[in-house]
Amino acid sequence: MSTEKTPNTPYLLTAPGVLFFAALLGAPMIMTLLLSLHSYDFNLGVQSDWTFGNYAEVIGDPYFQKIFGRTFGLALWVTVICVAIGVPEAYVLSRLNPRWRSIFLLIVLGPLLISVVVRTLGWALFFGGSGILSMVSQALGFGDEPVSLMFTFTGMTIALVHVLVPFMVISVWASLQKIDPQSEDAAYSLGASKMTVLRRITLPQAMPGILSGSIIVFALTASAFATPAIIGGRRLKVVATAAYDEYLSTLNWPLGAAIAVLLLIANIAIIVSYNKLVERRFAKVFE
Amino acid sequence: MSFLKFDSLRKEFGDFVAVHDMSLSVERGEFISLLGPSGCGKTTTLQMVAGLLSPTSGKVILDGKDITNTPPNKRGLGIVFQSYALFPHMSALDNVAFGLEMRGVGKAERLERAHNALNQVKLGQFVDRFPKDMSGGQRQRVALARALVIEPPVLLLDEPLSNLDAKLREDMRIELRLLQQDLGVTTILVTHDQEEALSMSDRIVVMQQGDVSQVAAPLDLYERPLNSFVSDFVGKTNILQGKVTDKNVVSVNQIAVSVNTEAHVVGADVALSIRPEKFTMSSDNAGLPVRVKASIFMGASWLYSVESDMGELLVTQPNTGSAGFARGDSAYLAWEEGALTVFGGVQA
Amino acid sequence: MRTLGPIALIFHAIFVAFIMAPLLMVIAVSFTDKGYLSLPTDGLSLRWFKAILDNPDFIEAFGMSVWLALFSATVAVIISVPAALALARHKFPGRELISAFLLSPLMIPHLVLGVAFLQFYSRIGLGGSFYGLAAAHIILVTPYALRLALASATGMSTDAEHAAMTLGASKFTVFRRITVPLILPGIAGGWILSFITSFDELTMSVFVASPSTQTLPVKMYNHITQTIDPLIASVSTVLIVLTFLLMLILDRFYGLDKIFIGKG
Ligand SMILES: Nc1ncnc2c1ncn2[C@@H]1O[C@H](COP(=O)(O)OP(=O)(O)OP(=O)(O)O)[C@@H](O)[C@H]1O
Ligand SMILES: [Mg+2]
Repeated sequence: MSTEKTPNTPYLLTAPGVLFFAALLGAPMIMTLLLSLHSYDFNLGVQSDWTFGNYAEVIGDPYFQKIFGRTFGLALWVTVICVAIGVPEAYVLSRLNPRWRSIFLLIVLGPLLISVVVRTLGWALFFGGSGILSMVSQALGFGDEPVSLMFTFTGMTIALVHVLVPFMVISVWASLQKIDPQSEDAAYSLGASKMTVLRRITLPQAMPGILSGSIIVFALTASAFATPAIIGGRRLKVVATAAYDEYLSTLNWPLGAAIAVLLLIANIAIIVSYNKLVERRFAKVFE
Repeated sequence: MSFLKFDSLRKEFGDFVAVHDMSLSVERGEFISLLGPSGCGKTTTLQMVAGLLSPTSGKVILDGKDITNTPPNKRGLGIVFQSYALFPHMSALDNVAFGLEMRGVGKAERLERAHNALNQVKLGQFVDRFPKDMSGGQRQRVALARALVIEPPVLLLDEPLSNLDAKLREDMRIELRLLQQDLGVTTILVTHDQEEALSMSDRIVVMQQGDVSQVAAPLDLYERPLNSFVSDFVGKTNILQGKVTDKNVVSVNQIAVSVNTEAHVVGADVALSIRPEKFTMSSDNAGLPVRVKASIFMGASWLYSVESDMGELLVTQPNTGSAGFARGDSAYLAWEEGALTVFGGVQA
Repeated sequence: MRTLGPIALIFHAIFVAFIMAPLLMVIAVSFTDKGYLSLPTDGLSLRWFKAILDNPDFIEAFGMSVWLALFSATVAVIISVPAALALARHKFPGRELISAFLLSPLMIPHLVLGVAFLQFYSRIGLGGSFYGLAAAHIILVTPYALRLALASATGMSTDAEHAAMTLGASKFTVFRRITVPLILPGIAGGWILSFITSFDELTMSVFVASPSTQTLPVKMYNHITQTIDPLIASVSTVLIVLTFLLMLILDRFYGLDKIFIGKG
């Protein structure tokens, strides 16, 4: 209020961040975009021409189509499973007595603080040919063939659900926290059954958390690198690992840049359109 | 020469005029209330005096000096905010000592003075408490002590009692008024509570949508409101629409009411105002016949809603220890001619 | 009416087992006495924990990660606090744009950031340097620091600051004595979240880090892609234990869910 006479203040206060970002985020991003518009020659390196050839190649080549399709399918599956198990878990957590709740919150959310590499390593140990999974299935008499989820879509899905489900839990948890418990008591007092209260009172109020959790999980899966790289390996590439290989193995930077730009565009397009959709839906609910 | 003067003070937010060329003179030691409904510009006015908002035009003059452009930290006024605005990370004592520290008062002296100020508001034993561990009333007192300890020429209070419960609010009214009179500090109180304004102030400024409706001492304001807005806002009242049919006669729903109409021509549409406690209600067959629609016991008085040929009326009668009228009873209302106030036009 | 039925509790138990399984697996394997990844069926051994001490690479990488996370979290907070105050307190042309710009790294996949920095640094000759890596991390974590600072600055009423001003405090005194202490929880939370995010970051760092600036996640990732031996399990176990201790401390002093909500 008292600063209404000094219109420069907000610009001065944001200047360090804006300048830093312009130089060290804006410039690299623009250079990547430009790089993706050059062609690449295996003998001569990056050419100085301008072309959409890299994009044409990524979009037209069935190899890349398959990779983009797989990444999208993976993101969808992981999101669906995270909703299916993360939402009930958040609800259970919110109903535990406070002592147990803080312990389990720590257990469920704690892994977020542990490096993805470590968590994926744990699944690799399970999935590997000599891993637990094989030992169990052999012990149960399912045959002597080692069972391996290593380098499989299922394996990637399980590991990614493990990596990302805490985001779903925390997001739903946050919106459950905001629910006035008396709104549920009010429904009981009006004769609603437990199921009805869950379905008609609790779930609708938790919806913002479910939706924002979904978009977080979806976007993070679509651009996940470490888990697909370790579990999926070279055999089951996703967009991020494919771009990584173009950059660091094939050294075709312009093509890698084109993949990165497409990933970025897809990511932003999905987040923005999803947000639009959600806002419209909720605008209706809360009108 | 008045001590504090607002000279055509105006504040616009975009196209919206929050305070409309307000002028006012406050005497030294006077207790003034700014009274009005929510959103009428009371806080805006107070903040212009405090220097937290700069006026679009107009001046604030304190003790002959134009302080319109003085920054708030150089004005030296004492302010109690509606939220109290205590510093949550400081103890009560440190809160109160802060202003003295800013004035460069040495540590020993400022702690002593802060202590005294807290004693003055009866918080002597709570000096080390933090705001979160205090009750609403205690916080309010800390805020008051913090504002007073710097010995401000003017004390500004923005709804200081509105967060307190009813009982405490009444006690604090008395305490605050006594303290103000003891210290003789010029005070401006912002409130939307008419009882608070009536009970504490030397003069009341009634505001309506950024304009001043009336400035008067409490009794004058109550007994001689200038328009139906003031009479309705300050205390309860009955507003009746009528027409002047003859000299000193106004007809309300075909009933002739005698009243002083010297300010109005015959044939003019007018509004009559009469306060509920100005009626005398009895079962003697005299005056306006009414039927009791609702009867509410208020402790010291009875509040009735009655139906009559003049329309629905609110009536209060003192509690004399016997049962009052009941719903459905018939009764008669009488009043003195001077109890009626006439306003021009259809205002209510 | 608020109690949980048996089905809910069974579900909860399975969920918790699922969350803990891979971590317990890593911990179990780290105690093996074999030369390859296996469960310690013939007795526990600390052999692979001793091996960490013989591999200064991992210790160096750990040191690099800690130093990098300290540095980038601190710079991110220094950038974010004034920006958060401006964005929370003022309406000005370009406000939305600036806030979107400073939060934009949240929308950019780390891989994209990685390739962008790789190319940029190799062009301007910062490739492989610590400050290049640090700048990339600062960009990455600033949105987290900003979000938490913004949350506490927005929630804070300006009344206390106004009160201090009317009591005679100068603008700078108000900032130092009132504003900063009041938004300190947000600042601290932002710093912690930034630190953790930077410390754990892999995808972007893989592109930017050079052999001399390898962070621990990068070192571990490279190790896994080359050889898989129980050393990686013992390093992971140490990391799990350290993280767990940190979590207990944070929960004690700050409330863990507050930090996580900032992350989501
Ligand atoms: N910064 C602002 N920008 C735009 N309009 C404002 C601003 N501050 C106040 N107003 C408007 O000015 C009018 C007067 O506000 P003010 O806060 O002075 O009211 P008030 O009389 O104190 O009301 P209350 O009793 O509710 O506190 C209101 O209509 C309000 O919406
Ligand atoms: Mg107000």
